[in-house]
Amino acid sequence: MKVLLEAKNVSKHFGGLKAVDNVDMVIYEGDIFGIIGPNGAGKTTFFNLCSGVFPVTGGEIYFNGENITNLRPDIIAKKGMARTFQNIKLFNYMSVLENIKIGFHIHSRTRMWDAILHTSVYKRDEKLAEEKGMEIIERVGLKDYKDILAGNLPYGMQRMVEIARALALDPKLLLLDEPAAGMNPNETMALMEFIKKLNHEGYTIAVIEHDMKFVMNTCNRIMVLNFGKKICEGDPEYVRSNKEVNEAYFGKGIVVQGGTM
Amino acid sequence: MNEIILKLKSIYDKYKIIIILAGSILLLLVPVIFPKSYIMGIICRILLYIILAGGLNVINGYSSQFCIGYAGFFCIGAYTEAILALRLKINFWLLLPIAGIVTAIAGLLICLPTLKLKGKYLALVTLGFSEIVRLIALNWSSLTGGPMGLKGIPVPKIFGIEFKNSLSYYYIFLFLVAIFLFVTRRVINSRIGRAWMSIREDEQAARSLGVDTSMYKALNFMYGAFWAGIAGAAYAPYTRYIDSTFFTLDEGFNILSMAIIGGMGTLIGPVAGSIVVNLLTELLRPISEYRLVAYAILIIAMMWLRPQGLFGASKSILAGKEIVKKARKAEKEAAA
Ligand SMILES: Nc1ncnc2c1ncn2[C@@H]1O[C@H](COP(=O)(O)OP(=O)(O)OP(=O)(O)O)[C@@H](O)[C@H]1O
Ligand SMILES: [Mg+2]
Repeated sequence: MKVLLEAKNVSKHFGGLKAVDNVDMVIYEGDIFGIIGPNGAGKTTFFNLCSGVFPVTGGEIYFNGENITNLRPDIIAKKGMARTFQNIKLFNYMSVLENIKIGFHIHSRTRMWDAILHTSVYKRDEKLAEEKGMEIIERVGLKDYKDILAGNLPYGMQRMVEIARALALDPKLLLLDEPAAGMNPNETMALMEFIKKLNHEGYTIAVIEHDMKFVMNTCNRIMVLNFGKKICEGDPEYVRSNKEVNEAYFGKGIVVQGGTM
Repeated sequence: MNEIILKLKSIYDKYKIIIILAGSILLLLVPVIFPKSYIMGIICRILLYIILAGGLNVINGYSSQFCIGYAGFFCIGAYTEAILALRLKINFWLLLPIAGIVTAIAGLLICLPTLKLKGKYLALVTLGFSEIVRLIALNWSSLTGGPMGLKGIPVPKIFGIEFKNSLSYYYIFLFLVAIFLFVTRRVINSRIGRAWMSIREDEQAARSLGVDTSMYKALNFMYGAFWAGIAGAAYAPYTRYIDSTFFTLDEGFNILSMAIIGGMGTLIGPVAGSIVVNLLTELLRPISEYRLVAYAILIIAMMWLRPQGLFGASKSILAGKEIVKKARKAEKEAAA
């Protein structure tokens, strides 16, 4: 199996707070890798380090064999890592289709002159963004909403637009930060199926999620963070039965088998 | 307001070719219809300020960087044209792009150190920049004529026609406005324009999608400055005399008020803003000192009634909340 993303001893301190503390992690090609942990465990911060939003305090991150530690987010995106955000970050005053068109930015070459003179480069780029954009919109089931301003969609749909936008990059690795938050049960089910389908098509996915059922049912490997530290890593069965994980979530002395948080 | 816009739009779509043709002919005949140079003077101002407010709108409205000292760029364009025309006798038509490029470079120089700063700091930097440019124009007498200004700027000529009054100069301004709108529309509706708007909407998200936000912010600033340079270069030989008092901070606020009142983030916004504010300026000429007060009241009223300006991009008719509501309702009914 090929290693796609590897974190070696990665730390992030905010002042005295160790938001991420010496975390080692490996994501293999083809994984649906789950990251769970209580609130404030450092999951989002860990994603932010991988995608270049913050510089690390210590450690190194390798993507596809290449050291990407502290590279700029746009450069990491160009290397094939796309992400969504826990607090949805859509382009609210742009339509759904326009949102997704921006996802094709790295696959297009239009310069100022191309845009002004409508050269063949411009035409090719627009055609790509329009056609592939529509393809992706149809895949996520938002065809009827393509001209609506993204900010006016209900939460669940906004999450799907954000995923669609990330897919436009055609990434090697897709990072999803709590994609089911704000979704109703039907939407959550559909999302689980969708993530599995993407995985079958060859996408490697890392997902942060609070919904245990979601994680246990979709992920093949799971890492558990608590107070910035990795406390457990393994397949769903192993994590479910891990004593430390149950303690972290529910306190000492109570053992719960699975179930939703 | 939204209903009116929608209706106008549907009418426009229906008779597009006829409207464009009739409009173009009408625009070309304007000096024949209004042969008074007073009226043509106002119309020329409107056209000039469409370029200025429009260029500023590309910066403030499309990438949401906040430039207040836009008059500084206008000033650089005007002085570049005037100095090169007077000293080196360079042709006006060549000076237009030269002044644009010089001004764009000035734009790059002031935005480079501020790229990492948040909006309001850039706003302050542009404010200071505008004053510095004006003070240089006022004090570097050997180059700029100092307080005496530059006189006798040669008028543009083409095929033996001299553009020496507002009736003929109207065509130069009209030509430039047409080019500005045409080019800007194409840039906005491309990968570049989308990158600018993504920065306006959410810079972090834009970066996560591979948009080199620093580069695009700089490009955006240069583009806006470029058109201020063009406007300045067209303006200097129009008045044939410039001095530093034309390019005060008030002038910057004047342009900004047009962009705000017309509505930012659309192409039509600054056009409407320029028409409304310039006509108002004429109407309020008797109380000229209080003119800015009137604009301020207008802007405050707008914030109340229509915060996006007359034709602003946000909260626009595309919003389509209703469509979502309908779809949700249908979904619920289907589920029941
Ligand atoms: N930019 C920041 N500056 C300072 N502290 C931060 C910053 N970002 C996160 N933190 C802190 O780091 C810790 C980890 O936060 P993080 O958002 O990574 O948690 P999380 O596991 O994603 O939690 P949640 O499940 O609530 O999303 C928290 O204590 C948080 O307050
Ligand atoms: Mg989080």
